[in-house]
Amino acid sequence: MKETKLIFEKSHPGRKAYSLPPLDVLAENVEDLIPPAYLSKEAPPLPELSELDVIRHFTNLSKLNHSVDTGFYPLGSCTMKYNPRINEELARLEEFLHLHPYQPQETIQGALQLMFELQQFLAEIGGVDKVTLQPAAGAHGELTGLILIRAYLEQQGNPRSKVIIPDSAHGTNPATVNMCGYELVEVKSDSRGGVDLDSLKALLDEEVAALMLTNPNTLGLYDENIDVICQLVHEAGGLLYYDGANANAIMGYSRPGDMGFDVVHFNLHKTFATPHGGGGPGAGPVGVKEKLAPFLPVPTVEFDGEKYYLRYDLPHSIGKIKSFYGNFNVLLKAYAYILTMGSEGLKKVSEDAVLNANYLMRALAEFYELPYDRNCMHEFVLSGRKQLKESGVKTLDIAKRLLDEGIHPPTVYFPLIVEEAMMVEPTETENLETLDRFISVMKKIAEEAAENPAALKEAPHHTPVRRLDEARAARQLDIAWKPANRGS
Amino acid sequence: MRYLPHTEEDRRKMMDFLEIEKVEDLFDSIPKKLRFQGKLQLPGPLAESQLRQHFNSLAKKNMPLSKSVCFLGGGAYDHYIPAAIGQLISRGEFYTAYTPYQAEVSQGTLQTIYEYQSLICLLTGMDVSNASMYDGASALAEAAWMSHQINRLTKVLLPETVHPEYRRTVHTYARAMGLEVVGIPRRGAVTNLEALQKQLDDKVACLAVQQPNFFGALEPVDRLGEMVHQTKKGLFIAVVDPLSLGLLARPADYGADIVVGEGQALGNPLSLGGPYLGFFACRERYVRKMPGRIVGATLDKEGKKGFVLTLQAREQHIRRHRATSNICSNQALNALAAAIYLCLMGKEGIKEVANHCLQKANYLKKGLQSIKGFQVLYPDPTFKEFAVKADTPWEKVQQQLLKGGFLAGPALSQYYPEKDLANAFLLAVTEQRTKEEMDALLNRLEVLS
Repeated sequence: MKETKLIFEKSHPGRKAYSLPPLDVLAENVEDLIPPAYLSKEAPPLPELSELDVIRHFTNLSKLNHSVDTGFYPLGSCTMKYNPRINEELARLEEFLHLHPYQPQETIQGALQLMFELQQFLAEIGGVDKVTLQPAAGAHGELTGLILIRAYLEQQGNPRSKVIIPDSAHGTNPATVNMCGYELVEVKSDSRGGVDLDSLKALLDEEVAALMLTNPNTLGLYDENIDVICQLVHEAGGLLYYDGANANAIMGYSRPGDMGFDVVHFNLHKTFATPHGGGGPGAGPVGVKEKLAPFLPVPTVEFDGEKYYLRYDLPHSIGKIKSFYGNFNVLLKAYAYILTMGSEGLKKVSEDAVLNANYLMRALAEFYELPYDRNCMHEFVLSGRKQLKESGVKTLDIAKRLLDEGIHPPTVYFPLIVEEAMMVEPTETENLETLDRFISVMKKIAEEAAENPAALKEAPHHTPVRRLDEARAARQLDIAWKPANRGS
Repeated sequence: MRYLPHTEEDRRKMMDFLEIEKVEDLFDSIPKKLRFQGKLQLPGPLAESQLRQHFNSLAKKNMPLSKSVCFLGGGAYDHYIPAAIGQLISRGEFYTAYTPYQAEVSQGTLQTIYEYQSLICLLTGMDVSNASMYDGASALAEAAWMSHQINRLTKVLLPETVHPEYRRTVHTYARAMGLEVVGIPRRGAVTNLEALQKQLDDKVACLAVQQPNFFGALEPVDRLGEMVHQTKKGLFIAVVDPLSLGLLARPADYGADIVVGEGQALGNPLSLGGPYLGFFACRERYVRKMPGRIVGATLDKEGKKGFVLTLQAREQHIRRHRATSNICSNQALNALAAAIYLCLMGKEGIKEVANHCLQKANYLKKGLQSIKGFQVLYPDPTFKEFAVKADTPWEKVQQQLLKGGFLAGPALSQYYPEKDLANAFLLAVTEQRTKEEMDALLNRLEVLS
């Protein structure tokens, strides 16, 4: 049995896992330096452990995780591709890892050069004019982008009041719209999975600030009418925001800027192979067309022909959206990835990502319903409707059954417009044997669903824990260990 | 091609299965006129050895902290990072996983987040913590937004003693969100209480106070908490240095409703400003308004303890536009580093580190009093950082220090145009600085003056 005790339950008074050199200045009474009113009466009751206790605890916990390094991870819209090891090693070079953000700029010229060049690479890949590297994640990029749009429209005289998003959009889009003080308006998808043009036309008026769109969208489909959509929104005086979560499909094939988008964010932890870290850190740089460039957050990274520098004097800037300059250590890995792949390599990345997805989609369509039957891009959405109707097996059961096979399930129950949805994104770094095994496992599960549905509902059997009671977690809220709980 | 496993034969096989001639056929939904023509103008491809060479050439143009003595502060600090942290967070099982959507195969990440949340609660004294935010500044902006969501009020009180970059971040968010940010002037190094008093009314959504503040000085947090709580619904947000809590009063004990801060000091490298983590904790009664992921304990169907993402009804993927925030990816790996740091330091270690910072900073502060041409600016008690004023221009001071291998700052005049802060700057002293280094800095300043 794997150990799952909490670290707090392993604490033993007096154990130490740290060492400090002797204090080499004369120690004064703490109360003489800081009035007692400001001081805590006792130290925070942190656990007391040996270094081996800590190493063993977290090493054992790590083994309870599924990860890209240990198995197939076709989690749709998350682009769980291989994270190159050389990038990790480069990121650990002290000349990048141990730089203070307020060091004089002449002492960080290499880092600034890297950021400047990355801005240019992303602008080229996205077909935009100028890029900020400051946003820390995709959703942070969305927030930055909408704030930019608001600032631009305000300067034009009217920030407008509505933002349109499709009913297939990522959940972050509507949440971002709300945070930015815009009213959310949803546009329907048409029968081919794209934006319904008539619905869009009906929604467009002088109050629409922007349309936020992912293309390819969350169904994995490239919107064939994208040029018309962009034209319609622009004619109504609105701007177009591109959610770059799915950019792994289009590198070298299609650029958001060319499609007509004004603001674009990139998820470096998806398309550009930086690790997901168990939920972050990511990076969500934002690119814009020239007219929006004056509003970018400060500082931007610039080059004057001799030296690289941080530019703060942008009078129309929206200000800052976090401290400092962005998740530098993540940016660095994306930069290394782009240099490794080059132009042809990135194009090949998208080709293989799309090839892998179509290969899986066509093979799996034999066993599962395919609601939108056309070539997909880097991902596709299946429906477990047939299994639910015929044998009462839910998509959730199928997902849990995959866990027993050592495969991470697809994104499930999303997008919302597909019943019993399973969104599959294999990525380009998976080989044919892995894809074929996934097909055979999914086939086996479809057969089990028909023959022995009860067993499927019991899955998973071989994971560190069985199905967990989520309702209990929300009802009997236990989200922090407290000293009073000791021994319970 | 690098990282692409398919052979041409594999591709052919797959294309045959798909009954297509060439892979471009799969891109047929892209309208012809939008098809990118030509080649992206990018350097590369580079082989691994070439990439390494390129990075080495860039690396030479940077001066890492090992080649200098760092007294730089301003929200990012040169604390020691125990080796065990880098070893543990480099495990692929941690860093190549994503948000733990499938709990049964993510117990490692889930339990570490639960433990991280618990550690943040132990440190701050608060009831609940989320799984992390992007950084201290954005955590503060989200705390202001959360206050508004709790009391529907819009007036955010933000003293000028709060980190200028945090204030700018709050302003950016607030402007979009329709919140009104009111700056509270300082008196010397701390918040001007009379000025604050004038702004206290029933429209106040929150007051955010940094402890220690941007000048390194300690704010009268007890009093400030009482003051904002005299308003009808105003909440008290404390922005704290996590390591200071080895000595300083816990925010829960002085009435904070929400506690946020920059977690970099907890085992995360400086890395030119990111990735760091914002920690975010609050009173239990507000937990449903808290942004971000939260992990909770529960039982599996056999009664075994396990962990899941919980209270997801607050989150963007369920609640969509009614979510408490749009945050999705956070800073999980940095939060893991922080959790490991706190476990390694333990109850005694955190106190000892905090004490070393305090004692050493005090040594330098005292030493400065006898250096002509430099004055310690304020008499207020400080923790590990304090403000100094030079008689000579800051640029000259900075350059002279750099020549001697010292980093100091940031300069205060770039954020505060007031006359009294011309040529003033911050000095931060972590446990890593030695008496010898501080004496050398004092000597260098003496020569300068």
